[in-house]
Amino acid sequence: MAVTVAPGPAALPRRPPRKDTRRFSPGRAVAWTYLGGIVLVTLFPFYWILRTALSNNYQLATNPSSPLPVGFTWGAFERVLGIATTAEAQAQGGSGATLDIAIYLRNSLIYASVQTALIVLLSAAAAYAFSRLHWRGRDLVFNILISALMVPSVFTLLPNFVLVKDLGLTDTFAGLILPGGLFQAFALFFLRQFMLGLSTEVEEAAIIDGAGPLRIFFRIILPMSAAPIATVSLLMFVNAWNDYFWPLLIANDQSVQPLTLALGVFKQSSPQAAPDWAGLMAAALIAALPMLLLFIAFGRRIVNSIGFSGLK
Amino acid sequence: MVVTSQGNHTTPVRPWPGEPGVVATTANSPVKKRSSPRKGRRPTVTRSAAARRRDLPVALLLILPAVIGFATFYAYPTLRGIYLSFTEFHVLSPPKWVGLANFRELFGDDVFWHSLLVTGYFVLLSVVFGTLTSLVTAVVLDRVTRSSALRGVILLPFLISNVIAALVWQWMLDPTLGIVNIALKHLTGHSVLFFGSGGWAIPSLAAISVWKWMGYYALLIFAGLQTIPPTIYEAGRVDGASEIQMFRRLTVPLLRPILVMVVVLTVINSFQLFDIVQVTTEGGPANASNVLQMYIYRKAFRQFDFGYAATMSLALFALLIAVTFTQLRLARANESDLS
Repeated sequence: MAVTVAPGPAALPRRPPRKDTRRFSPGRAVAWTYLGGIVLVTLFPFYWILRTALSNNYQLATNPSSPLPVGFTWGAFERVLGIATTAEAQAQGGSGATLDIAIYLRNSLIYASVQTALIVLLSAAAAYAFSRLHWRGRDLVFNILISALMVPSVFTLLPNFVLVKDLGLTDTFAGLILPGGLFQAFALFFLRQFMLGLSTEVEEAAIIDGAGPLRIFFRIILPMSAAPIATVSLLMFVNAWNDYFWPLLIANDQSVQPLTLALGVFKQSSPQAAPDWAGLMAAALIAALPMLLLFIAFGRRIVNSIGFSGLK
Repeated sequence: MVVTSQGNHTTPVRPWPGEPGVVATTANSPVKKRSSPRKGRRPTVTRSAAARRRDLPVALLLILPAVIGFATFYAYPTLRGIYLSFTEFHVLSPPKWVGLANFRELFGDDVFWHSLLVTGYFVLLSVVFGTLTSLVTAVVLDRVTRSSALRGVILLPFLISNVIAALVWQWMLDPTLGIVNIALKHLTGHSVLFFGSGGWAIPSLAAISVWKWMGYYALLIFAGLQTIPPTIYEAGRVDGASEIQMFRRLTVPLLRPILVMVVVLTVINSFQLFDIVQVTTEGGPANASNVLQMYIYRKAFRQFDFGYAATMSLALFALLIAVTFTQLRLARANESDLS
């Protein structure tokens, strides 16, 4: 198979379309109708988040099926951002509970970006040692590390929680970041697989010029691996940004809680009988915004990387 | 926290034998070609012992953080988890060895078996509907368009967190104000308590899960479709096969390894379902959606019964291992389909 791990869009295996794509047939009409339905179901919830977030929570009940925001207002956003006063918030159906979203946003950013930077750098370094350097026991050690793929995170969650608690790292960024920031079998495997396929010519020229292994790593291998590193970074960032379970166990204090947890907290603080849906949707939108921006910026890379990384 | 957890899906990669893959490199860069004749594709084969000795210290330095991470947060917790499942442990006092007591409790625990059943039901729904819709979507995409924008759109739910997916669907499925229920009432005359009734809780959760993962799996299958040579379909067409026949007789068998992978990923992820339940039903109503992971969480963090929670985790682990091995065997049995 001439396909490898995410070399980027250029390496998409081009295949001529099987049929003239412009010809009309009943089958194609059915196919496009189906796709239209899928796109509608996929996108509608996103629109509904926006529509609800721009509504007045009290008036939502009066016209729940309106396709446009009911009583258009930025109130929900002001509420979750803590700009609105309690009186204003309650006038629009808020619970009076505000969400210090700036803090949670900061926490999410720290958690996701530090963990991503750490895991990508360390995985790349280890992948280099496991692919381009030559030492006894290399493949054995690699196979042992990769065995971590077999252990579901659900199994290590509890013991890891106990460990982090013993280390006194609950409610700290270190406790949040370290377990997933030092080693992740997938990142290591993915980068090693790429580095194995790199040509040795440049490297050997550098050796002849007297460059040591570290210099080769930073000056040659790392720049050559920019594309797969970008892919892993994206996937790791998305994972960390959306992570919920681990922060739920580790972060009880607002000062380190990421946005995913904050949404849960905000939901619980709003009354069960009449939740502040407008506020919740505004908060959800803010929480999802970085992902949507990433998607706009790197959508094509994400789409292609998922296709390729899944191939055997 | 990443590998195969429900919230953090990891892109699956499987090693392929032989060639390390064709990669765009600096093949045509102005390199002095005075390197030795051993510039082959497998540098592992020939290297002097001196080079090995020189590489070793640097290699150890570079892998050290990863090895520490592996030992501290994967190997040790795995062993400790197995150990804890034989103990009574309430976090504040040290664990007390109780032998098989937890396992005996497990067998007699109706709530555990019920949650296993509930989880199994969720897994079944997710696998059947998830795989079917992603397969159909991938095939349709492959046949009518190569627009990567469209592929991007269906991937969108994969990028947002389970928490947000759960929140927006809970709002849309709200019994009185939710747009889905308003539409239902308009069409059928009555609304449905999607999260409030025992019968609907699990199907609703499965629907959210399918919505979130469908695009991702569709893209995996789509990538698999790209590897099927078009000549096979041309041959089929010459033989007079219809589209449906070709789908059943050509596409599905050739895709089997990827389909097996998608099914197993869905199973593994679905067994670890937690985020969506925690946000929407919290296991209710009356344990109707008390999936295994939810029950484990409650045991550990509401009742602080860590020993028993570890035992249930071990059971879940064993289950997932069994699934993975079955997958490996199934996948291997079908490897010859396209070679």
